[in-house]
Amino acid sequence: MLRFAVRRLLLALAVAFTVSAIAFMLLRLSGDLATTLAGQEARAEDVERIRQQFGLDRPLILQYGDWLWRALRGDFGRSLFYPESVGALIRDRLPNTALLASLGLVIALGLSIPLGMAAALWRNSWLDRLALMLAVLGQAMPNFWFALLLVFLFGMTLGWLPISGTESFANFIMPAMALGWYATPVLMRLTRAGMVDVLAADYVRTAHAKGLPLRVVLVKHALRNAVVPVVALAAVQFGNMLSGSVVIETVFALQGIGYLAWESISRRDFPVVQGILLVVALFYVVLTLLTDLLNAWLDPRIRSR
Amino acid sequence: MPGSTPVSAPGEELAAQAALPAPARRRRRPRWLRNIGLIGSALVLAAIVLAALAAPWLAPHDPYFQSLNDRLLPPYFVDAERAVPAHPLGTDNLGRDYLSRLLYGARISLLIGFFAMVVSGLIGTLMGVLAGYFGGRTDTAVSFLVTTRLSLPIIMVALAVVSVFGGSLEVVVLVLGFLLWDRFAVVMRSATHQVRGREYILAAQAIGCSVPRILWQEVLPNVLSSLVVIASYEMAQAILLEAALSFLGLGVQPPLPSWGLMVSEAKEVMLFEPWMIMLPGAAICVLVLAINLLGDGIRDLTVPEGRA
Amino acid sequence: MSGAHKSGALLEVSGLSVDIPTEAGVLHAVRDVSLAVRRGETLCVVGESGCGKSLTSLAIMGLLPPSAQRRAHRLALAGEDLQAAPARRLRALRGDRMAMIFQDPMTCLNPAWTIGNQLEEIFTWHGKGNRRAAHDRAVALLERVGMANAAGRLSQYPHQLSGGLRQRVMIAMALMCSPDLVLADEPTTALDATIQLGILQLLAELQAELHMGLMLVTHDLGVVARIADRVAVMYAGEVVEEGPARTVFTAPRHPYTRGLIDCIPQPDRMVPGQRLGTIPGMVPSLVGEVQGCAFRTRCAFARPECAADVAPRHGPDAHMWRCVLPPGMLERAA
Repeated sequence: MLRFAVRRLLLALAVAFTVSAIAFMLLRLSGDLATTLAGQEARAEDVERIRQQFGLDRPLILQYGDWLWRALRGDFGRSLFYPESVGALIRDRLPNTALLASLGLVIALGLSIPLGMAAALWRNSWLDRLALMLAVLGQAMPNFWFALLLVFLFGMTLGWLPISGTESFANFIMPAMALGWYATPVLMRLTRAGMVDVLAADYVRTAHAKGLPLRVVLVKHALRNAVVPVVALAAVQFGNMLSGSVVIETVFALQGIGYLAWESISRRDFPVVQGILLVVALFYVVLTLLTDLLNAWLDPRIRSR
Repeated sequence: MPGSTPVSAPGEELAAQAALPAPARRRRRPRWLRNIGLIGSALVLAAIVLAALAAPWLAPHDPYFQSLNDRLLPPYFVDAERAVPAHPLGTDNLGRDYLSRLLYGARISLLIGFFAMVVSGLIGTLMGVLAGYFGGRTDTAVSFLVTTRLSLPIIMVALAVVSVFGGSLEVVVLVLGFLLWDRFAVVMRSATHQVRGREYILAAQAIGCSVPRILWQEVLPNVLSSLVVIASYEMAQAILLEAALSFLGLGVQPPLPSWGLMVSEAKEVMLFEPWMIMLPGAAICVLVLAINLLGDGIRDLTVPEGRA
Repeated sequence: MSGAHKSGALLEVSGLSVDIPTEAGVLHAVRDVSLAVRRGETLCVVGESGCGKSLTSLAIMGLLPPSAQRRAHRLALAGEDLQAAPARRLRALRGDRMAMIFQDPMTCLNPAWTIGNQLEEIFTWHGKGNRRAAHDRAVALLERVGMANAAGRLSQYPHQLSGGLRQRVMIAMALMCSPDLVLADEPTTALDATIQLGILQLLAELQAELHMGLMLVTHDLGVVARIADRVAVMYAGEVVEEGPARTVFTAPRHPYTRGLIDCIPQPDRMVPGQRLGTIPGMVPSLVGEVQGCAFRTRCAFARPECAADVAPRHGPDAHMWRCVLPPGMLERAA
């Protein structure tokens, strides 16, 4: 377990480092930063002065080291549009996205695990087919379109839920549904496939032979083994939701980091984009690291190694 | 599941399915029903491809021609009274014929989906086959690249890159191609790895075949079926992503009739003209559904009838 | 009179059939099987693989796969009708009054839980006592089945044990609630030859010690000769001969039994280089209607009347066989 954990941690560190380099490069690709900072009407010598003042004339590798060092302490620079620092902007918006993605995950797991279990238990029943149809359809619907359908139904026609904004909890319901819907099919298919395999396993037959109550057989002996890959995938899906939040938050004008990212990209406010990219990527790296460790721990065969 | 390569790739489910010798992960539908799915999706896909190719002849109007007098005409199935025979599916808020735009939109979706899939397939297959064949450091390097790629939020990176380089078709294709290769790599790695240990590969090595020759002649034909399945899946993904990027205004640029862009343009008037978001959205949905079902059908055909 | 109708039998099976629908037609995997096990008695069910002996034990436990259909005139444990019992009652009986030991100990233990957890849960769920008592019982039984450091083993996971040790765990698990009847389905087939005998001896000892009924399914007739009180020989889903072990071994009445006995290597009676007996031919397909004696295609004594259904014949000391041959015919074959 320790050997595995150390190897996994090293991989995560290497990935985090590479991702930071990619985020850094993105800002450089976006054009000459000195010109952007100096403004459209700046004279050539002003641009040059800014270039020296911000250290933009130094070798790229030094600039990167400098930037990384500051980023590690939470200083991502200044927004070109907002008066706040990038760090403050992200801290301000991140809780909304975290709440949204968590709700989305709860919805996705709440739908996919019972549905996947039921589909595996009653294979080839109408319920199994319905679940499969939902999964196939869910994977084919563009998420922004599904979000708009929700808006049309619950927001405009029925008038139950607010269609945009961040003010109340009600504002989070439709976005969370849209995000959760997107993650449900793959989680459900995996739960079903895992349950089908596990239900045919000899140890489940042993559990029946022991005369354990059905719920104990299904949950303790079957689900416990089927759920391990689902946990791993759920973490990946949570990370994907942070990325998918760009689309969903934009549809609902929900003030999270996804919406901020879209706004900033549209305004070419690249220091903000860079900061968000780094935060989201690092979050994903940490999340998958923790999941792999948790999974290793859940599997006694790896834990005891 | 964490193993020797701790990559929590969503492709692992697919990788497991593509395992050779492939045990059927699950038997979902009776065979005749699956064949109906396969034939049906192939027919729908063929119809869309033909419609896209024949758009210049099929489309009743120029998809870019604006006519402010004919703005927001409803299609026949919405309001037969106000509908006009010249515009059977109505017009958008600039008075452009919706049917023509939908037909031309199919070209954009198919074009971007196909070429993005080709680009990502070439990158991912190369990486996966190399990693699976050579193992060791090559494998570690590829699994590192896959992990790195997975930690990058696709839509954000795509939006940022498109905003830097502009939203031309070529840029969108390349961006998506460079972001969607991970599943190819994961699946091809495990498939190649499994084929690699078989006797006929050892035999080929023993009689002194060169490595590229072995890869091309022995490995590739054996992993082709998994390749086709992933390709269909990635093409569908690319189409969905292009639609999302265009919807967010940072993909295909107006006045090109991308379906995602059409949904975006229609959302301003969706309260009064809901059909305007329904049509392009449903078009994306049907296309993606057909591609996914075709991939599933091909997988079910190539995977032997396994345990129930 | 067949053993199934004897009063006082712990397990009564009469006219048991298992049908499995397949694409080619209905597979009659178990056909009109009647068996009985008394308290303190060991019944060995022998036959080639695929003869339906494992399905018979699963059918008794009510653990057949959902597609398989079970029918029986009577299926009773200690006088209680198992066919009429509701699912709840069956669960209460399984693990408590009747326990089963499976073929492959490598896959029959849940990899996610400790040995102790899996041993104790059967005790606590059947309401035999609290976790403390379950723990003590588990330690005592692991020691009894011959595992060193029993208390320490409880916190281990299945993958940390060898196949032989796992099968000992499975045996201990079956005994947790002191069942009246234990069904052991080829408990040593998946194990190394060197440890098979130890496991069987252990089973035989425990059976005698705890005065249980034991139904041991095996294809190894050599094993049967050592530990069986009664023997049932199955062929193609049917019991072709059943009776006290001594009688069946010394005076078999069915050619198939004779053939099986000739396959046992007997070092003291055989000349080096002498060939072991074999039974030529293949087991017939059991898909669709099966008419007459299923063994007639491989039988050296087959007669025209074998093509008609053969009614069971009974000898003294509850010996049953399904063969038309008159007595004495098989002696020459020995």
